Amino acid sequence: MRRILIGIKRVIDYNVRVRVRPDGSGVVTDGVKMSINPFDEIALEEALRIKERGAADEIVAISLGPEDTLQQLRTALAMGADRAILVRTAAAIEAPAIARALLKLVERESPTIVILGKQAIDDDCNQTGQMLAALWNRPQATFASKIEIDGEKARVTREVDAGLETIEVDLPAVITTDLRLNEPRYVKLPDIMRAKKKPLDVIELASLGVEAAPDLKVLKFEPPPQRQKGILVKDAAELVAALRHKGLV
Amino acid sequence: MNRVLVVAEHADGRLNASVAKCVSCAASLPDAEIGIAVLAASGAAVASAAAELSGVSRVLLVDHPANEPALAAVLAPQVARLAEGHTHVFGPSTTFGKDLMPRVAALLGAPQVSDVMAVLSAQRFRRPVYAGNAILTVEAPADRQLVATVRIASWQAAAGGGRATVERVTLDVALPNHTRFLSVTAASNDRPDLQTAARVVSGGRALGSAENFALIQRFADRIGAAVGASRAAVDAGYAPNELQVGQTGKIIAPELYFAIGISGAIQHLTGIKDARTIVAINKDAEAPIFEVADYGLVGDLFTLLPEIERQL
Repeated sequence: MRRILIGIKRVIDYNVRVRVRPDGSGVVTDGVKMSINPFDEIALEEALRIKERGAADEIVAISLGPEDTLQQLRTALAMGADRAILVRTAAAIEAPAIARALLKLVERESPTIVILGKQAIDDDCNQTGQMLAALWNRPQATFASKIEIDGEKARVTREVDAGLETIEVDLPAVITTDLRLNEPRYVKLPDIMRAKKKPLDVIELASLGVEAAPDLKVLKFEPPPQRQKGILVKDAAELVAALRHKGLV
Repeated sequence: MNRVLVVAEHADGRLNASVAKCVSCAASLPDAEIGIAVLAASGAAVASAAAELSGVSRVLLVDHPANEPALAAVLAPQVARLAEGHTHVFGPSTTFGKDLMPRVAALLGAPQVSDVMAVLSAQRFRRPVYAGNAILTVEAPADRQLVATVRIASWQAAAGGGRATVERVTLDVALPNHTRFLSVTAASNDRPDLQTAARVVSGGRALGSAENFALIQRFADRIGAAVGASRAAVDAGYAPNELQVGQTGKIIAPELYFAIGISGAIQHLTGIKDARTIVAINKDAEAPIFEVADYGLVGDLFTLLPEIERQL
């Protein structure tokens, strides 16, 4: 069985304007739309395409989080994942512990590929995939914009500062997705109905022998300093004059 | 004493500009002793450039043919070994550092603070979250090593004039061969580097085509600027991905930033909020870019850009 594990994180929806709570304890989440982290949606879409090309047999969607995360896993099943596992934890959990928990599931499921988003759009950490690859002692191909599976190997094109880098990794390996890897499909109503019959297991984080206890203490959240709103100039001449006056051109 | 190891990014025998910024960040820790790790195939020139950075006390040079081109899986076990005896291990928040440092952290069993924008103490740091919509202050445990990536737009480059010693180090570390570099395609041009340029001109969706995007390049060349692009322009194929400025692209802090035909989605604004002066040109007077622009000009970019060029 050639299996792909993908990670799903429940985050505040991409289109929501995030606001810091007045007491600095976090950001406002009451009544705020929650969604699958966009990079994770891209990971799932890529897994589906790999399976559709005949290079994988099963896709397992995994999430760590509170009970509410079942919503996002149901969406993942509707998109086409074959089964899903929620590792339930009410506590906040950081990348090192997530990587340890994923490693436990990797040991159980023996995937050929693990595809994760390169970062979650809430904490913007960009750590989990690399940490899992290190703990698993397997290759990592981060920031992928193209993935080609060739038997026991994968060729991955990566979005790096210099341009596009292509590397070859032996499988199994961890791949993290960048924005332009694909455009995730929309879920249709019949898919949602069908997904209800798919297996969705819930296990407790503690049952994996992993502690959620965070390493980093969150002291406070603050809104970012606001830039002063500037002025509107009426034409090109006024703009150039203003920039000249400030010695910028 | 805080002993900080900074991992040097380099290519083609040249030290990346991000390293001097990581050194500044490291130097803002109290009572810091700073070392730089240079892992290269043949890194003497890079190491001597690193040794000239002010505030650095020593450079550890590891020459090994497997070290270039840089692969995180190959470098990480070596960095983890060099990290012994250090309290902090820093790397830049570039794709090089973002790829490598979490792998190092996991090998060390250390937590990582990503995108450090301010140092409050040896354990307390400020970093942006939610695309910069919130700034988080975190505290790392004092009794463990800490790995961090440094948000380079937040830091000035350390000055030159330093005279650190360069020590050649041979590491007895098993290196994996499960990861192989094949190729890199870079748009070669003579323009300044986007991440460190003093002036940047970015174009957005309103350019309408890759052909029209050449107007941005021409204007950038006219004022000696680097070229950037919004996500919309990159997604539409007007500009290559490495030019993307924003939350998931490059975070930049130029002296002068031109946002041309860019509406100013929050994810884009995250990438430019440290720019000294922002100029926005957009047809839509309601575009959010005007909320942050120092100078806004409402109108058609295809008319305005040539006019501005004529006035310069």
